[in-house]
Amino acid sequence: MTRALIALMVAAAAAAVAAQDRPDRSKPPAIGPAPSLKMPAIQKQQLTNGLPVWIVEHHEVPLAQVNLIVRSGSAADPIGKYGVGSLTAAMLDEGAGPRAALEIADALEFLGANLSTTSTFDASAVRLSVPVSKLADALPIMADVALKPTFPANELDRLRQERLTGLLQARDNPAALIQIAFPRIVFGPTHRYGTSANGLPPAVEAFTLADLQTFYRLHYRPDNAALLVVGDVTPASIMPMLEKSFGAWKAEGMAPLTAAVPTAPQFKSRQVYIVDKPDAPQSQVRIGWVGVPRSTADYAPLEVLNTILGGSFTSRLNQNLREEHGYSYGASSAFDMRLSAGPFLASAGVQSDKTGPAIQEFFNELNNISKPIPEEELKKAKNYVALGFPGEFETTGDLARKLEDLVIYNLPEDSYAKFVGQVTSVTASSLQALAARYIQPDRMAVVVVGDRRSIEGPIRQLNLGPINFVTIDELFR
Amino acid sequence: MKRWLSLSALLLLASVSVGAQQRPTLSVPFTQFKLPNGLNVILHRDTSVPVVSVNIWYHVGSGHERPGRTGFAHLFEHVMFEGSMHVPEGSFDTWLEAAGGNNNGSTTNDRTNYYEDLPANALELALFLESDRMGFLLDDKAPDKINGQRDVVKNEKRQSVDNQPYGQAFIELPALLYPPGHPYSWSTIGSMEDLTAASFEDVARFFRTYYVPSNASLVIAGDIDPAATRTLVEKWFSDVPAGKPVPPLTAPTVVLDGVKKKTITDRVQLPRLYMAWHTPALMQPGDAELDIVSNLLAGGKNSRLYKRLVYDLQIAQDVNAAQQSQALGSNYVIIATARPGQALDRIQAVIDEELDRLRTTPPEAREMQRALNQIEANFYRGMERVGGFGGKANQLNAYHKAAGDPDYFQEDLDRYRKVTAADVKAMVEKYLGKDRRVELSIVPGEKK
Repeated sequence: MTRALIALMVAAAAAAVAAQDRPDRSKPPAIGPAPSLKMPAIQKQQLTNGLPVWIVEHHEVPLAQVNLIVRSGSAADPIGKYGVGSLTAAMLDEGAGPRAALEIADALEFLGANLSTTSTFDASAVRLSVPVSKLADALPIMADVALKPTFPANELDRLRQERLTGLLQARDNPAALIQIAFPRIVFGPTHRYGTSANGLPPAVEAFTLADLQTFYRLHYRPDNAALLVVGDVTPASIMPMLEKSFGAWKAEGMAPLTAAVPTAPQFKSRQVYIVDKPDAPQSQVRIGWVGVPRSTADYAPLEVLNTILGGSFTSRLNQNLREEHGYSYGASSAFDMRLSAGPFLASAGVQSDKTGPAIQEFFNELNNISKPIPEEELKKAKNYVALGFPGEFETTGDLARKLEDLVIYNLPEDSYAKFVGQVTSVTASSLQALAARYIQPDRMAVVVVGDRRSIEGPIRQLNLGPINFVTIDELFR
Repeated sequence: MKRWLSLSALLLLASVSVGAQQRPTLSVPFTQFKLPNGLNVILHRDTSVPVVSVNIWYHVGSGHERPGRTGFAHLFEHVMFEGSMHVPEGSFDTWLEAAGGNNNGSTTNDRTNYYEDLPANALELALFLESDRMGFLLDDKAPDKINGQRDVVKNEKRQSVDNQPYGQAFIELPALLYPPGHPYSWSTIGSMEDLTAASFEDVARFFRTYYVPSNASLVIAGDIDPAATRTLVEKWFSDVPAGKPVPPLTAPTVVLDGVKKKTITDRVQLPRLYMAWHTPALMQPGDAELDIVSNLLAGGKNSRLYKRLVYDLQIAQDVNAAQQSQALGSNYVIIATARPGQALDRIQAVIDEELDRLRTTPPEAREMQRALNQIEANFYRGMERVGGFGGKANQLNAYHKAAGDPDYFQEDLDRYRKVTAADVKAMVEKYLGKDRRVELSIVPGEKK
């Protein structure tokens, strides 16, 4: 044998070994059994005034999250005063106890604390995140903000102007306009869900201190609230601090009878609404109607159904409008579940010259979702929802929000433990029945904010139903 | 201010037996190794939830684009999700979702990053997918994939720039700050014409030049067994060809020789002012000082610009100030939107008064401490999450690139702790001058 031949053979042998070492790329690697979520234990306590305290110990980092939840939000706004609950929450840290707005901010920032005072339709919240070493200093300030707000007149005027200016700026932005237009059309201007939580200019201009104080007095009371604590604490370490800051909070008189927002009448027949935004390079499209409340028995299967339709990257709407046709940067759908039935909506921003074909593709998917769902696709969606679920419990903030939902929606404590099993047991036939009931495309509102001159004709050609025109001015009345 | 997210060692913090006076040391323990093909690998174990994050940085961004191909690095990022030689188009996302995973990517001037967050049992799937697109991205379907993502990216630009009030600022500011041809003189999203021009040849060249193992860094963080994970990394990434070394991006230091003023119109209700300066690069002296300046100027109700413009005078709807740190040199940007009926001149005059005040008088001790306490608390908040763009996995890669040490958490916090009031004054004086900056106004009118 010549040296050259040997060299060749050695090289060939080496190559063979290398090829053998190469991983098998012909199919994706097998995946082992999924880890199960160990639900953290909720330690339920109570202050002497009856205020419930739920504690989850989470010792990963030296932080504490303390959320005071008030079980009344914008849904409790009286007719004619839509936005008052939201403004009340925003005013809490603008003056409280002995401190003025700037002093509250300074004291909290000096502690490295984040304090937010906000509300949704379903609840109001004062949330504190603070290094656990500063918890004892921050809690009394949080308690002042929640229990002893002073509602200074000058701060109300300031926030009022800020909100009115924000509403003025919303006129510039199609993505903001659609958020005002869609619920107004689906729920109507009088139903509470038809107006954004912050309210519209006529109401915001008229709010008085008395309006805010009335909302506060009616709803911010210990028998309508709960404290949720997550972080590097133990009941023994934090209960005395909470008792000191919140234990003297007393309810006066009877608790208010807070009726849930009435279920809105369902949208009757398909209609199109165009809000003209001249020369907009994209149209903002929302298609939907009245959906379901959070209390629905179909919660878990609807999460799966929506995942398939528009709840994940590989969902049908996104694959169609983004990946297949390139009409959009992304398309999605959602059931916005609240104490009462919130909207179901499918949405996307689509390039203006493709608005007609894009809406057609929306309807193709909304129609197809009622057909039997292939087993592989169903399995993917169930896995996505069930296996991704543990990741929603990672941080103190995540955990506290999960606790909030239990309180706000009166969910059984084992809701999360049961959720994965409920998802796993979803079948294609059960989804088909749900789709037929909850997604009826021929009865939905089609709302578009875009350049009327270029999109009206193509939309008209789709023959979806009557076309209505809404001016931007009308949205803000 | 940057979101420096960090994580302390579990054990270290669980045993916070550190005395009341003693501060815990921030640390994210890691192991690091290099494959023969040059791929840098960093492993970090955190078992708090049964998830794992696979995070990869390629040290290429829009700064590496050539003239006529702006927006290309970002378009390429999109193509990376469209499958590779052993992963059919659409399967990248489908397989991940079927395993309960999520993924995303992002592009800046300096780098492109990608992550997969998934249940710990599915780690190997992510390694297969990442290694396949690193080694074998190009197949015969690539030209179609580029066309598809070209349309998607154009819609991303329409949505995030063209259809956004004031969106043109993202295009205008780099062009005003940098001379033509400078790697930072165009926006990451690029121009419609250049996106149209991008070809399959461009993709192939870009892939061969920049998407090589030696130009990448892989972090795997979460509920892992480090030894077994190392074996899996060696299994899936060893056959990725090494490629040629990538020379570091360089550019001459840019100095503005005066005030560059520009006014453009947009369909907006209210005028907005942008002021921008050239400032020291990420991790360079001055970088942390200017982060603290941002907190002093616009970091809360008592911050100087917020208090005067928004709270006291109420002539502005909002004000922001930020040191935008980058590898070749940073920008400092102040943005304020006028209240109805208010003029930008007056707002600018107040901003200049406040900058003058910082230039001449060091901030008070309490003000400095307040800023530092917030920064330190934010370090803790960043220690909570493993994955996503804001988690530990990404931060390990960020520190690896910026400081050459993945576990740079404590050193990074110390950068801020060392800053004195006199340093702040000196840096404002040195970098935020009145006579060398960009002043961009966007005022109501027709869209340009």
